[in-house]
Amino acid sequence: MRVLKCADTGVLVEVADLAQVIALGAALQADPLPGVADVVPAARTVLLRLEPGADPAAVAEAVTGLRPTAEVGQGTGETVTVPVHYDGEDLADIAELTGLSPREVVRAHTAATWTVAFCGFAPGFGYMVGDDPRLHVPRRGEARTRVPKGSVALAGEFTGVYPRSSPGGWQLLGRTDAVTWDLDRNPPGLLRPGVRVRFEEVA
Amino acid sequence: MNPVTAEDSARESDPPMPENALPGPDSSTAPALEILATGPMTTVQDAGRFGHAALGVGRSGAADTDSYALANRILANPAGAAALEATLGGLRVRARGAVTVTVTGAETPVRVDGRGAAVNEVLHLPDGAELTLGAPARGLRSYLAVRGGVAVPPVLGSRSTDVLAGLGPALPEAGDVLPVGPAPTAFPDLDHVPARRVGGDRVELRVELGPREDWFTERALSALLSGDYEVTSRSDRVGARLAGPALERSREGELPSEGMVAGSLQVPPGGEPVLFLADHPVTGGYPVVAVVRSADLPKAAQARPGTRIRFVL
Repeated sequence: MRVLKCADTGVLVEVADLAQVIALGAALQADPLPGVADVVPAARTVLLRLEPGADPAAVAEAVTGLRPTAEVGQGTGETVTVPVHYDGEDLADIAELTGLSPREVVRAHTAATWTVAFCGFAPGFGYMVGDDPRLHVPRRGEARTRVPKGSVALAGEFTGVYPRSSPGGWQLLGRTDAVTWDLDRNPPGLLRPGVRVRFEEVA
Repeated sequence: MNPVTAEDSARESDPPMPENALPGPDSSTAPALEILATGPMTTVQDAGRFGHAALGVGRSGAADTDSYALANRILANPAGAAALEATLGGLRVRARGAVTVTVTGAETPVRVDGRGAAVNEVLHLPDGAELTLGAPARGLRSYLAVRGGVAVPPVLGSRSTDVLAGLGPALPEAGDVLPVGPAPTAFPDLDHVPARRVGGDRVELRVELGPREDWFTERALSALLSGDYEVTSRSDRVGARLAGPALERSREGELPSEGMVAGSLQVPPGGEPVLFLADHPVTGGYPVVAVVRSADLPKAAQARPGTRIRFVL
């Protein structure tokens, strides 16, 4: 664990891997540290945003003393199923990048168990990690200016669902009618950190 | 940048009034502000949206937190009451019912029914009075606060519009009528409050290096701390895009996305930093070379295009 400062407004905790991010994020959720206003887990880091006047050194020391015990995939205990039409524009490219056939890509994506590691990019965009490294693909060389709402996509070690139309550089696998962000719902995000996700093919 | 959608503004998760508000008078007679013109951009802002970062929701809120807080203090409003944030003036409103307002932040020529008025002053507007903010000579953002606060429905606990996420109240447009909340029980105790001068051609911002200063060469770090950076016109509430010495990286590779704070100087591959402001993305994939100290963030938010910034330790 390496603790970095963001002036007097944040403490950035760098850990070895996503499993430790999830564990630390869960520990901080369960037992919030004094002086911390917001926790932002990401791929290899957990950012603690400080309350005004909080002492970054004290928060850094407190977080160093934590011994998170949660394990990968322990999650929230909640599993959601996301129905997907696997007709994405990049399915052929993904097949080529992975060395699989398009059907094998779909089978791998639906067979894997995914866990939301963290949210970012846009409200309700969950970065999900799976258990099948064959599906790791780079982002597209050039981002699209508009990716439609509900697009199911791959990039790096992650899969994600675009909660609304936005620019985006991920490889498009398909689309879902599942509503992943709804302000009428509490909480509004379907794909929250720790939630387990299964994708199911629909015709 | 995506504007707030009608869908967003129609869906609210919170009651329209703060829990501690007194029951308001009948809505047909309740005071309100009618928007006549918005200038280049006006948004509704409050102290920001807290506690939802794990869902990918940013803090947003007034960009110049000092001037915003001053406006509420002048009016004896509760600290988080929502106000209008006008960019380079141009905001015109008409009082519906008698309202008490103040203007803070970038010093704009204020007129009430054509007569000159001052900033940082309690202004009583009778029903029908028109208040106009001219173009400020210095600074970027002015705050028009009203006693009782702008009472549009909150979204996820806040009345701030996050222009990056497309979350929060819709951008006010000419013809909109914004409800005003019930007046607080406290009364303003000063008519005029002296305030520090806002904005200027040159501004000095105190930074601390990191968290990713080790991604940059020594030469880049000294360039950051000795060069002049000019705020470009490609700047908004998300961030001030700066022109100046490009910051050279000391390593190859991509940084895994990580959480960002307001004040971050994020360096995209081109090498010219972006100074993140209130609506910055929750996470970002480019390294942050330094972060502006929180006390200097209001100054950063008032740096209009053309302002020269010097970063100091």
